[in-house]
Amino acid sequence: MSRPAVAVATLGATRGLTTQHATHRRRVPWSILAACGFVAALAMLAAAAPYLAQNPERGSLRARLEAPTLQGADGRAHPLGTDHLGRDVLSRIIYGTRVSLTVGFAAVAIGGLVGGALGLIVGFYGGWVDEVIMTVADAQLAFPFILLAIGIIAVLGPSFRNLIIVVGLSGWVTYARVLRSQVLSIRRREFVDAIIALGGSVPRIIVRHILPNVASTFMVIATLELARAIVLEATLSFLGLGIQPPTPSWGGMIHEGRDYLDSAWWISVFPGAVLMLTSLVVSRTGDWLRDVLDPTLRGG
Amino acid sequence: MHGFGAFLAYRLFRTLIALWLVSTVVFVVIRLSGDPVPLLLPPDAPVAEMERVRHDLGLDRPLAVQYAVFVGNVLRGNFGRSIHFRQPAMEVALSYLPATFELGLAAFLIAVVVAFPIGVFSAVRRNSPLDHAAMGLALIGQSAPTFFLGILFILVFSLRLDLFPTSGRGDWRYLVLPALTLGAFAMASIARITRSAVLEVQRADYIRTARAKGVGEFMVIAKHTLKNAALPILTITGLQFGTLLGGAVVTETVFSWPGMGRLAIQSIYNRDYPVVQSTVFIAAVLFIFINLVLDALYGALDPRARAARS
Repeated sequence: MSRPAVAVATLGATRGLTTQHATHRRRVPWSILAACGFVAALAMLAAAAPYLAQNPERGSLRARLEAPTLQGADGRAHPLGTDHLGRDVLSRIIYGTRVSLTVGFAAVAIGGLVGGALGLIVGFYGGWVDEVIMTVADAQLAFPFILLAIGIIAVLGPSFRNLIIVVGLSGWVTYARVLRSQVLSIRRREFVDAIIALGGSVPRIIVRHILPNVASTFMVIATLELARAIVLEATLSFLGLGIQPPTPSWGGMIHEGRDYLDSAWWISVFPGAVLMLTSLVVSRTGDWLRDVLDPTLRGG
Repeated sequence: MHGFGAFLAYRLFRTLIALWLVSTVVFVVIRLSGDPVPLLLPPDAPVAEMERVRHDLGLDRPLAVQYAVFVGNVLRGNFGRSIHFRQPAMEVALSYLPATFELGLAAFLIAVVVAFPIGVFSAVRRNSPLDHAAMGLALIGQSAPTFFLGILFILVFSLRLDLFPTSGRGDWRYLVLPALTLGAFAMASIARITRSAVLEVQRADYIRTARAKGVGEFMVIAKHTLKNAALPILTITGLQFGTLLGGAVVTETVFSWPGMGRLAIQSIYNRDYPVVQSTVFIAAVLFIFINLVLDALYGALDPRARAARS
């Protein structure tokens, strides 16, 4: 085959791959729009917290353990009640949004970067690097990550940064495994051999031809991972290993309210409800993205 | 069959390496997490006494030597003595295993017994109101954080309705809420995968053939569909059993269930290295063992899997 012919064939192959998803496009259902709206609203709440909420770390001893009220003993409205120190639960939830979203997105970025890069590399090169990385991945999956997270945080100390690192590293395996298998299947296609035969460099092949093909898969995993990261952060904070008091976080609030569950259920239940809704909404969006972008990932 | 045997042997080899990696990482992380000796002795203990205890526990030796000793001991099945309980660490960990096993098994059984019929029903009566309700619940179950689910169950079923105790281990009533909490995620996943697996199979030609030759609807479902839908269901179910082990850590903490997960967390706080090592080791062995059994089952059930994997 002459050079132009190969080039045209290659072009056809890549274009066929990248545009094939466009035909899947259908109207976005209202539930997904609502879900995106919910996350956007959370982000705005987090950003505007100082203007909307009361001081989340200062309570009023006169207004301790108040049930949801518009006229509290301290003269202020507490639509979701107050906690054992007289702090406004709604304000603490709003500030807690900052923790959840920051840790969630930062963790997804770390996990995606590490896992995505490793998956691309081992998928393309294979060999002993592949064996080593995948064995490490197996090892990480082989025992409850929460134990490792607790151990690492016990070593490094509980802080915002360490929380992001630990939650981020908890998720790399999924990206690495899925991207690896995708790259493996693309790698076997003729257009890749053709490019190499034409003298194309491997990094260029990865950036120009493989990345666009795995981008939608990556998006799907990232969305599902975001929900998982937010829940993991809350779990660690609930166990006392995440965000330390008095800084408000959803998991920490649920933990603090546990001792008052019988008399003041609102301290735990409202942050928990917001956490559950966020997790549901984000993972639902991920499921939908998966069905639209990448039907091969379906199941589970 | 030779190829499949080789495949299993290869898996076993990777498994052993994974176990070694897990124990090494845990060794390093735990050793770095601090000195357990001050937690063992009264605060006014003389320095000489602290040094003596440290020497007795071998903690004054270089980390590399400690690691070599550790590996040598593990290979001989010796996980050291618990610093906190002053008993062999593996014995301590194993003595907490039955409670976790009881909880895990109950959670798993509840999950399968509830989820499997719901999944089949949802598929058969696709798009009925009951299907939508069941799948909506399953979605919630899949995304609800385990620890919050536990708190909600305690609030509603223990504190308000006074049906079950809030925490601890005793007769069956103590088991209900923790098992439901731990099993919720697995239940939701199994219900969803069962539904989609049954739907998938129902589109197949052989189901149409069965219907065409006059097989009754019940037999079509019970015999032709379920048999073929079994593989994906089995895979997900087995994987869920593995994740149950992780969920047990959180569930046991919420319900003060005296199992291995709670022991692991407490041992990390106590810096009781040998016990942490033992619990992690047991968890990893269980998880890996379950996966190996799954692989074997998969190969036994589906000749195509054997061919594809070897």
